[in-house]
Amino acid sequence: MSETFEPVLTQNVGRPDALSLQGYRKTGGYEGLAKALKMEPAAVVEEVKKSGLRGRGGAGFPAGMKWSFIGKAKPRYLVCNADESEPGTFKDRLLMEVDPHQLLEGCAICCWAVEANTCYIYIRGEYTKAAAILERAIREANEAGVLGDNAMGSGFKLDMYVHRGAGAYICGEETGMLESLEGKRGQPRVKPPFPAVVGAFDKPTVVNNVETLCNVPHILTRGADWFKSIGTDERNTGPKLYAISGHVERPGTYEFPIGVPFRELLDKAGGMYRHGTLKAFIPGGASAPILPASQIDLKMDFDSVAKAGSMLGSAAVIVMDDTTCLVRSVARLAKFFNHESCGQCTPCREGTNWMELLLHRLEDGQGSEGDGKLLLSICGHIGGQSLCPLGDAAIGPVKSLVEGFWPEVEQHIRDKRCPFPHRRYFGNGAH
Amino acid sequence: MSVSEPQVTAAGLPPDARAELDRIRKRYPTNEAALLPALSIAQRVWGGWLPDEAIAAVAAELDLPASTVYGVVTFYDLFHQKPVGRHRIRVCTNLPCQLRGCEEIMETLHQELKVEEDEVTPDGRCSFIHFECLGSCDTAPMMMVGDDYHENLTPERTRQIVRGLK
Repeated sequence: MSETFEPVLTQNVGRPDALSLQGYRKTGGYEGLAKALKMEPAAVVEEVKKSGLRGRGGAGFPAGMKWSFIGKAKPRYLVCNADESEPGTFKDRLLMEVDPHQLLEGCAICCWAVEANTCYIYIRGEYTKAAAILERAIREANEAGVLGDNAMGSGFKLDMYVHRGAGAYICGEETGMLESLEGKRGQPRVKPPFPAVVGAFDKPTVVNNVETLCNVPHILTRGADWFKSIGTDERNTGPKLYAISGHVERPGTYEFPIGVPFRELLDKAGGMYRHGTLKAFIPGGASAPILPASQIDLKMDFDSVAKAGSMLGSAAVIVMDDTTCLVRSVARLAKFFNHESCGQCTPCREGTNWMELLLHRLEDGQGSEGDGKLLLSICGHIGGQSLCPLGDAAIGPVKSLVEGFWPEVEQHIRDKRCPFPHRRYFGNGAH
Repeated sequence: MSVSEPQVTAAGLPPDARAELDRIRKRYPTNEAALLPALSIAQRVWGGWLPDEAIAAVAAELDLPASTVYGVVTFYDLFHQKPVGRHRIRVCTNLPCQLRGCEEIMETLHQELKVEEDEVTPDGRCSFIHFECLGSCDTAPMMMVGDDYHENLTPERTRQIVRGLK
């Protein structure tokens, strides 16, 4: 199917005029919102539910269902998750920098559907360019009456704001994000209550990822049936962005029907960097367990990747060739999770620290035979034992290293050094 | 008051910064929600970092305890509690950049600037630090100088960029 696939979400890449309201409207922009505003909000929710759209931020939760859980209290809020901080992920940055109105339209439709009059786009602090582009687009849409006090003449009041984060991975977790939006440390909340009932400022709130919301205008204009016709099966529908990086010739963001085989994605990215040999890949960002080269024909959808023992996550695909030391790679990811643990839950705060120390020790050739067992034991103490998914995310790569690539770890222990040549390691030391 | 609690001083936010903050505050139903934007403004006013008087000024402006503001400042990587260079350089060193040679970029900066990571050059011009993923993995290795992304770096290109910083 992918041979005949026309890009949906990235159709405006290479069309700089899409940055302006007028340019965006040339190709049918805001027609989805116009259509939605003539429908009952519940009917819009129903259409999105029917499309089978699942969240593109990492968890893959059905978007329409999330919307249908919205509490009765008012005011209500939409918080667009533009915190994109999962290592390997850069697709939302592209969507915001190239086609800001597509995101605004998706946000506006969601707001209408859940009867929210305020939308905050929570964008990571480092994305200054994308933030400026979004702010300009919002201003233009307000001035043209597309958003604002009387969105498209419908009488619907919709205020949209860009809210910039300040550098913390945990703020990508939805309740951490809400805390941060409220001006606090981004420490996740206990669920339930879920944000749909008690969210931003204690009011009902939908939190959706950028790419998820960018799909919404297309579902409205082309229909849920069209959306469902793309993808692997009824649980894995629609177009999907894959951000591929590491040892490939042309790293970048590529759009495919969800479920494209990894092999096809790799080809699209120009194949292996300098004709190297594939050793392993991470299919869904730093939180996803590492898969071996033998999984090259894996279908890249939520369920197929889960069945293979990993997760699609944010579909950030990190490719590693056979010159890569996996101990060193996982040590780097462990350092990341240790740094980003918010410190609230003991298993995650302490466990991520110990995992980083142990992996550095192994990489430095100071490890011992018992370290594998020890690492798995720490994983067992973190997994399912903390408030938010960060702890579970942190153990994904570590477990897959010990369970799937033990001979390589063992070689480090036996030879008392890393068998791969490389430069000084910059993972250590204070941040 | 604990020993680390910042001391309140008379200096507040300058009028234009206060006006900017007042516009932003209207976006939120609570005062506190304007804290992150307020700290970003204050950090700009105070030359790229947040000394105790900046924290005190923001706390007074938003009617929050200084300890609350301090707690937020220490949580986020983009707020700094010690002086930084006029040009703040962040090198992404997470896995995708590691696979494409970010260490060379770190080494180049070290040689070129002749200071350790997170130290400021004697002329106050630059400081550099390694950072977590900056969302530019397709153009690895990369670094940010201030707000600008510099992508597909080589040691040579890195040297040119650094030498061009005034």
